[in-house]
Amino acid sequence: MHDFANAFILLSNYVLIPSITYGSQLAIGALGITLVFSILRFANFAHGDTMAFGTMVAIFCTWGVQALGLSLGPLPVALITLPVAIAVTIALVLGIDKIIYQFYRNKKVEPIILVMASVGVMFMMNGIVRILIGTGDVSFADGARFIIRAREFREMTGLDEGLALRTTQVITVVVAGVVMAALFWFLQKTRTGKSMRAFSDNEDLALLSGIKPERVVQITWIIAATLATIAGVLYGLDKGFRPFTYFQLLLPMFAAAILGGIGQPIGAVVGGFVIAFSEVALTYAYRRVFEYLGPDGFEVEGLAQLIETEYKFAISFIILVIVLLVRPTGIFKGRVL
Amino acid sequence: MSSSTRSSQASTTLVHQPWFLFMVMAALLAFTGFAQSWLFALTIVQLCMISSIMALGVNVQWGYAGLFNAGTMGFAALGGLAAVLIAADPVPEAWSVGGAGIGLSALVIGGTIAAVILVRAKLGGLAGFLSTAVILIVGYLLFTAVFGPATSAIESVDASQTGYLGGMGLPILLSWLVGGLLAAGAAWLIGKVAIGLRSDYLAIATLGIAEIILAVIKNEDWLSRGVKNVTSLPRPVPYEIDLQTSPAFVEFAQNWNVDPVALASITVKLAFIALFAVVLIVLVYLSEKALYSPWGRMMRAIRDQPDAASAMGKDVKSRHLQVFILGSAICGIAGAMLVTLDGQFTPGSYLPLRFTFLIWVMVIVGGSGNNMGSVLGGFLIWFVWVQSESAGFALMDALSGLFADDSPMRGRLIEAAPHLRPVLMGLILILALRFAPKGLIPER
Amino acid sequence: MSLLQATGMRGGYGAADILQGCTINCDRGEIAVIVGPNGAGKSTAIKAIFGMIDLREGDVTFEGKSITSLAPQARVEAGMGMVPQNNNVFPGMTVEENLQMGAFLREDGGAGVIDKVYDLFPAVKDKRYQLAGELSGGQRQQVAVGRAMMTEPTLLILDEPTAGVSPIVMDELFDRIIEIAKTGIAVLMVEQNARQALEIADTGYVLVEGQNRFTDTGAALLADSEVRATFLGGDQS
Ligand SMILES: Nc1ncnc2c1ncn2[C@@H]1O[C@H](COP(=O)(O)OP(=O)(O)OP(=O)(O)O)[C@@H](O)[C@H]1O
Ligand SMILES: [Mg+2]
Repeated sequence: MHDFANAFILLSNYVLIPSITYGSQLAIGALGITLVFSILRFANFAHGDTMAFGTMVAIFCTWGVQALGLSLGPLPVALITLPVAIAVTIALVLGIDKIIYQFYRNKKVEPIILVMASVGVMFMMNGIVRILIGTGDVSFADGARFIIRAREFREMTGLDEGLALRTTQVITVVVAGVVMAALFWFLQKTRTGKSMRAFSDNEDLALLSGIKPERVVQITWIIAATLATIAGVLYGLDKGFRPFTYFQLLLPMFAAAILGGIGQPIGAVVGGFVIAFSEVALTYAYRRVFEYLGPDGFEVEGLAQLIETEYKFAISFIILVIVLLVRPTGIFKGRVL
Repeated sequence: MSSSTRSSQASTTLVHQPWFLFMVMAALLAFTGFAQSWLFALTIVQLCMISSIMALGVNVQWGYAGLFNAGTMGFAALGGLAAVLIAADPVPEAWSVGGAGIGLSALVIGGTIAAVILVRAKLGGLAGFLSTAVILIVGYLLFTAVFGPATSAIESVDASQTGYLGGMGLPILLSWLVGGLLAAGAAWLIGKVAIGLRSDYLAIATLGIAEIILAVIKNEDWLSRGVKNVTSLPRPVPYEIDLQTSPAFVEFAQNWNVDPVALASITVKLAFIALFAVVLIVLVYLSEKALYSPWGRMMRAIRDQPDAASAMGKDVKSRHLQVFILGSAICGIAGAMLVTLDGQFTPGSYLPLRFTFLIWVMVIVGGSGNNMGSVLGGFLIWFVWVQSESAGFALMDALSGLFADDSPMRGRLIEAAPHLRPVLMGLILILALRFAPKGLIPER
Repeated sequence: MSLLQATGMRGGYGAADILQGCTINCDRGEIAVIVGPNGAGKSTAIKAIFGMIDLREGDVTFEGKSITSLAPQARVEAGMGMVPQNNNVFPGMTVEENLQMGAFLREDGGAGVIDKVYDLFPAVKDKRYQLAGELSGGQRQQVAVGRAMMTEPTLLILDEPTAGVSPIVMDELFDRIIEIAKTGIAVLMVEQNARQALEIADTGYVLVEGQNRFTDTGAALLADSEVRATFLGGDQS
């Protein structure tokens, strides 16, 4: 019984909690991608760098607040600088849309041209973020580091394995829950949200119903920028901020959006969790879990790891490929581009 | 009114004449030679040529067929890997401790795949599914049992110097061909899956495959030494030091009244340039031939009217697969050439911005669909890329003069200088897409 | 002066003009029907009337004012409603949401009008919480018409509302359309089922290659032997 509990704690500590946290971050990121996909109809390659930009603003504000000697007690300061970061990112993204994307929209170009323009935007944001904050790791999570410490947990329960629950993990899950609930309420219940769904469903008919395309597009960008900043800040609080990592998140986020079904917000969320869970679970070394579960004195040679950590990108890619082959509409019958 | 009419009017003017644009490019390079140094100018030309070849590869895919390959980096890296596998010295000791294990692992993979195919053909339903699962699990366990020990044995053979199987010790020029083939093979695999879906999917899938290729190259030390890099690959042209110590060469230099050291460097660079020129010319010739053949005309017809083409019974998917493989092979060739030029393979240096998206800027700016446009784009954008580095530093240096000597801003500004380049490239891409979507030399 | 006057329309999707100077009028309480062979430009004509394609020549006036340069949304605001030929519902939204989207421009959200639409199409009311994409063809057409009615337009334009529905449903739909016209709304409709449509038409337009070939009352066109022979599939009165 003890062994079983130990194995369970081990799995919770290294698989369950991390993949729920990472899954929440991916889900919020993928939501932004899927919304842009469904309303503007292109794969936004700049989304990862938008996340990096928003996070950078939040970090600068955090430093500012910290310089004033203020803190939020156990919570990270980034939580109150988040709204500022969101506002700045929204302004930037709306500006980019006005200057760059709107032109192509009016000309009704092929979507791939928009993808390319987004690559240009990605380049520029990429450079700007690195100019402003550098390329190195930035850790900006202040406040209490743990809610439950491994040692305390061991003393409390008498188990050999400790469960550590970091503040940033709990914050991620709580914030993600609130954000998703708010977004779904908005899309399902409000007039504006419904008009966005209508526009995504059937653009021409939306126009015939008097829905203003530019307004829908603007709101989409506002939401996408908000989601990107939140996802970026949560990820950064949890794992540290590094611009290149944010570019690399692009692939898992795309995979999550396509897996769930493009244009289906619920799909993006499910997709995000599936991708995150697969990445964490397939790269975890199960040696100690097996040793607990096996008979006494049972020893496992090697790490009992299915896939090396370095190949975690391959996982989202392989999931993506399988979806494209087996069910291109994704789990929730999204659109096929 | 529309941009298309504007550019068609402009195409009669000088700035849209290819020969004029190439003259301007030559003048820019010559100016660099005079104002900075000839060696520097020649270095730029070498990489301009490699960039042009990569741009040709992307143009074959995008310009001819409208396929968006966002994984050029991966194919170039495969080309680079080919250079290592062909030209590096073999490590016999590594082969003796782990060669058999690697061979066995390959057999296990092959056997597993064969068994799965066989079972799938014979058994359907639940039985088929279960036996496939069992075969896969057994195959996986066998594989890890053989592969792990083999690779760790190989990687512990003189780890600081080798720690990998090494190459075949063949002439490195051969790798240019093999690099192309390796990239073509990878393109075939990925193309089988992603071709036929809308271009956004292909872009995302290729973005992913490039990351994976790089992950493999960086982590499979037994194969490529990973991030420990493979250095001192043999060269297809003489070494500077050999020239400088050759009496005949020194005498020649003295006859012409030039410094033998400088002349040696220039000679080596020119030799590389000559080799690259051969490849570039052959590839441009072949690409042009292909573009104006019935095959190329059909390609463009498919690109412009995919529905009509498939209605006429054209097999769009297999045509796209062909073009995807060809273009990727060209990128692989360029990748092998680059490693040959550097004399070393450094997986850590492959960044998507530099090896994928920069190439895209070249193609768009040069003129998608036009091979000469891609060549020009390769030259021009590489030139701007290199020059903007020093310009960025100069700018930041000047800006840092505004701050006190001990201000931390000075360091920050200098540190930030290299990142001005992506900003500039993004700007160029966006401006080109907006104001000259057909590029400098538009498609004919 | 008619409510809608589209005069001498010329234009198309690209270089070639599909419409070659065609003229369509429609008045309050009246049903105007456009018939003609496939590819004649019927859909194109009503797209032009609704501002979904640009005209090279010609003028469209509505309630006496020129609306030629207005965007489709502005025409909706001006009191026009349109049911396109294809993709005329939001498949991923419920029937009720489809109707709500039809009322998007209304300040009041259209709660009262929804009931009127439900009265007109009781079958639609039963399916109000179902996704529109999961309805039968006939139900979908009713939802599509209902959606366009939500703005309470003075002019309702329908592109082949009976496409793909059974004869019974077709009669039913035509009855509804007559009812709609009786409330004082102008109905302009393109129809493949030319004979039945002309029977309920106050005015009929026979369009061929983007030009008006015949224009008369529905009854007169039905009686015209040339129209009958050429466009109504032979004389089978
Ligand atoms: N979106 C479009 N782009 C280009 N050409 C179009 C488009 N839609 C229609 N056409 C062309 O315009 C012409 C008229 O088409 P239109 O749809 O108006 O015909 P129609 O009279 O409505 O025919 P049907 O009875 O089959 O609906 C056709 O030749 C068609 O090919
Ligand atoms: Mg029609």
